[in-house]
Amino acid sequence: MREVAVVSFAQSKHVRRLPDLNEVEMLMPVLGEVRDKIGITQDRIGFTCSGSTDYLAGQAFSFVMTLDGVGAWPPIVESHVEMDGAWALYEAWVKLQIGEIDTALVYSYGKSSPGSVRDVLTRQLDPYYVAPLWPDAVAMAALQARAAMDRDGATERDFAAVAARNRARAKSNPYAQVVGDFAVDKLLTDPYVVAPLRRHACPPISDGAAAVILAAGDVARELSDRPAWIRGIEHRIETHAFGARDLSRSPSTALAAERAGAKRDKIDVAELHAPFASQEIVLQHTLGLTDDTLINPSGGPLAANPVMAAGLIRIGEAAERIRRGDCDRALAHATSGHCLQQNLVCVLEGD
Amino acid sequence: MARIAKLEGVEPVKSIRTPARLEYHFTAGQATSRFLRGIAQKHIFGERCGENGKVYVPPRGSDPVLGRPTTEQVEVSQRGTVTSFCVVNVKFHGQAMDVPYVCALVLLDGADLPLMGLVQELPYGDVRMGLRVEAVWVDDADLKPTLESIRYFRPTGEPDAPYESYREHV
Repeated sequence: MREVAVVSFAQSKHVRRLPDLNEVEMLMPVLGEVRDKIGITQDRIGFTCSGSTDYLAGQAFSFVMTLDGVGAWPPIVESHVEMDGAWALYEAWVKLQIGEIDTALVYSYGKSSPGSVRDVLTRQLDPYYVAPLWPDAVAMAALQARAAMDRDGATERDFAAVAARNRARAKSNPYAQVVGDFAVDKLLTDPYVVAPLRRHACPPISDGAAAVILAAGDVARELSDRPAWIRGIEHRIETHAFGARDLSRSPSTALAAERAGAKRDKIDVAELHAPFASQEIVLQHTLGLTDDTLINPSGGPLAANPVMAAGLIRIGEAAERIRRGDCDRALAHATSGHCLQQNLVCVLEGD
Repeated sequence: MARIAKLEGVEPVKSIRTPARLEYHFTAGQATSRFLRGIAQKHIFGERCGENGKVYVPPRGSDPVLGRPTTEQVEVSQRGTVTSFCVVNVKFHGQAMDVPYVCALVLLDGADLPLMGLVQELPYGDVRMGLRVEAVWVDDADLKPTLESIRYFRPTGEPDAPYESYREHV
């Protein structure tokens, strides 16, 4: 396998609503920063890949507009996935494995504020049996939370503790949206959004963007003093049929983690893309994470959840910790679909 | 497959309709808002890239060639040159115009990107590349922050622009 590393990462300050800026204007500073950080321009990029969805933007081929912020001249090699940017990164990683290019720019963005994201997300459900019922995204997550409670004895207090921990850790993350010290007892007086999920157990609604630059081998060493090497990356998906899944477990995460080699050594840091507090508990069980692993030092998606970018940000945050020398081995997880239907695991290491 | 007896002979379901409606509050963005506010005042504003000097109309806030933010708002002329055009002969649902009519790309003087618009007040067969045209606006009372405030472009009567003057924009 060809050595490929994350060599640069940038993100926007995530906010509830960006009323002035369109997607291109939100993204452009992030694209500038991710290249400027390592002093390269678009002509050094071998492949550009983005992740976003027209359903959030409310317009067809919305990703084409964002190429105005990339600098697509001379014409570039480009691709797009209608998925979280973590999957765009996977496509770029595959392209780098082929060996014809040495660098790739990956970006993703989402403005959830233009529409009702709870309703927008129903459009990814089975169009015959489920989507016509419009079960909103929080309701689907609540089904999973209930399954976790019944199976493992997880409690609403556990969910509140997860939310409090993430938002306290987010105090050191200048890009986070919901940060601060929250007392668990106080959180348990929050109203339910959909029982058993209270407000704090749900992610904030965010507008935001992120970008990553990947590089292979010696080019990565040239561009970064301490590249975050991707030692394993894999993604797996489960069935559309909710009744056929055990929502209290995430077998697709387990298999992706195994194939990515997560358990070969100790994991210092795990960045988990668990938009709902209950999902973080499901993932902890699935991945067998212990107190030896620092979970979501960034605050995770409970502190900022730009849909379509929140998964890529997990990889970027994990890579940043390696680059800074805070840790040697990190696991980044990204999810897509309802109730952790599809999951990607990326294992990163420093030299 | 074994069937349920009492459903024998029932008309099969060939399709279902599952209506979906989502509402959005679309954000035009800063550059487009600046442009549309100008249109409502009968001014056409482009934005210049600080690095290569090109002026984009309508502006999107970035130089699409370099991927860098535009840095300066500049007013461009309301006169320009037809760089390309087509004659629409086919009727389609929701069409606002009677066919045939002419849709053209107009490079306004001072701009580096052509704007799309209608060309009228001459027979459609006389529209040509290089034709000099000017904007015809709706009545002042009807001006709004939309490109529909420019009803169409009409010939100015100037001599045609030489091809070399707009060849970079075809």
